[in-house]
Amino acid sequence: MEINYVLDTLFALFAMTLIIFMVPGFAMLEAGLVRTKNVTAVLTVNIMVYAVAGMAFLLIGYSLAFESWDNDGMSKWAAFLFQMAFVGKTVNIMSGGVSERTRIIPLSIFTVIMAAIIYPLVVNVTWGANLLSGTMFDISSMHDLAGCTVIHSTGAWALLAAILIIGPRRGRYTKEGKIRVIPASNIPLVVLGALLLWIGWFGFNGGSVGSISSKENADLVALTIMNTNTGGLAGAITVGLIMYIQYKRFDITMILNGALGGLVSVTAGADIFDIYTPIYVGAIGGAIVVFGVAMFDKLRLDDPVGALSVHLLNGIWGTVAVALFADVSLWDQVKGVLVVGVFAFTSSFVVMYIINKITPFRAADDEQLQGLDIEECGLEAYPEFKRSI
Amino acid sequence: MMKKIEAIIKPFKLDDVKDALVEAGIEGMTVSEVKGYGRQQGHSELYRGAEYIVEFIPKVKIEIVVSTDDYAQKAVEAIATAAKTGKIGDGKIFVSSIDSAVRIRTDEEDEEAL
Repeated sequence: MEINYVLDTLFALFAMTLIIFMVPGFAMLEAGLVRTKNVTAVLTVNIMVYAVAGMAFLLIGYSLAFESWDNDGMSKWAAFLFQMAFVGKTVNIMSGGVSERTRIIPLSIFTVIMAAIIYPLVVNVTWGANLLSGTMFDISSMHDLAGCTVIHSTGAWALLAAILIIGPRRGRYTKEGKIRVIPASNIPLVVLGALLLWIGWFGFNGGSVGSISSKENADLVALTIMNTNTGGLAGAITVGLIMYIQYKRFDITMILNGALGGLVSVTAGADIFDIYTPIYVGAIGGAIVVFGVAMFDKLRLDDPVGALSVHLLNGIWGTVAVALFADVSLWDQVKGVLVVGVFAFTSSFVVMYIINKITPFRAADDEQLQGLDIEECGLEAYPEFKRSI
Repeated sequence: MMKKIEAIIKPFKLDDVKDALVEAGIEGMTVSEVKGYGRQQGHSELYRGAEYIVEFIPKVKIEIVVSTDDYAQKAVEAIATAAKTGKIGDGKIFVSSIDSAVRIRTDEEDEEAL
């Protein structure tokens, strides 16, 4: 049916456009959370990640993931664009968590490997051609609608590897064992970024249904987007309440992290949950963020944007939650989490270890003190304001 | 004898202080945003579940140069009254002597320049 083909192509292009809103989303979120002296560098990384990852996926990654470009249901170019919209997100998740101390060149080299090989292999064994078919590691029966494990966990496992290799920001953990708080520089940007990500999520999850051109599919897409939104609402409310009960103050950066945690947590099952399940799943997802941010700080894993809590812990929780709240095998979900986790973490660690030997990821202490804007970009984001140290 | 009055005050008191100075007959002042560390010793803020101390607190510094001791006395009283909240961190007023002054536009000097 030609009309279905046209509708689904339009739908994929619309979803892809929404997902691309996550590029400015990540960029603004990170620009607001880092100190003013590192804002240009963080924004440059975001642009480079989008450009390099998209290009690597076009030239190598897409074929590795799906083997063939052929598509019967919609324009194959639309199908490509939709898949390409995801690939940068995996790297964004990782680059945000190592902000303020990481050099742009090694990060760009890792982006090539991630978008051309690591992420496409994860897609291959989950949604794609399936290299592991028939082996004991076959995880294609894991239910992961839009990449709770495939994208969020994969990116965050790479982030964990990166933090282990790069280390914390200079002065973040003092010799006396204290944690030095490094506050956000621009709260309005954090809010704008988080809300752009939220909007992007409607395309991220809704588009992953794959087709809107029948009554059933139209319902399924709408339900998926509704459940996605509910997860975000529940995460924001839960974290708002927890912060107020615990500290008697509302911390908007945590509330937004809670919303994002809620959104990640429903990314695996938004299409098969009933309309109330995302409330529980998202609320737990939000609570996980509060607990996770403190835990990773105790472990001295310095993550300025909370990406480990939002994407790793909730990527795992969201994938497992599908089995707890819907009719899906728990073992399939756990096996998917484990296989992807071991592969994504190990391969990222090895690749980064080698890149790090060739050109170090970590900016030297005096470069960090000066700020990466001057060192890496030669351009300050806020030249008329005094920089805080 | 020309006098300079420097006052460090709470930022939200600036308008009150300006009005009081104008009422006392002081025609001009220079204002800058500054940060200070004094008996207030900063205040605590909360970020991502961790409390931290902001040690340097934003203040406003007002500088006025007047032509007589009498005006200096009036200015100090006006500022002290208008800037007072009675709580810690209200600020301080310093008075010093000025040797010379020039108005750039007209080359007038000293008291003429004020």
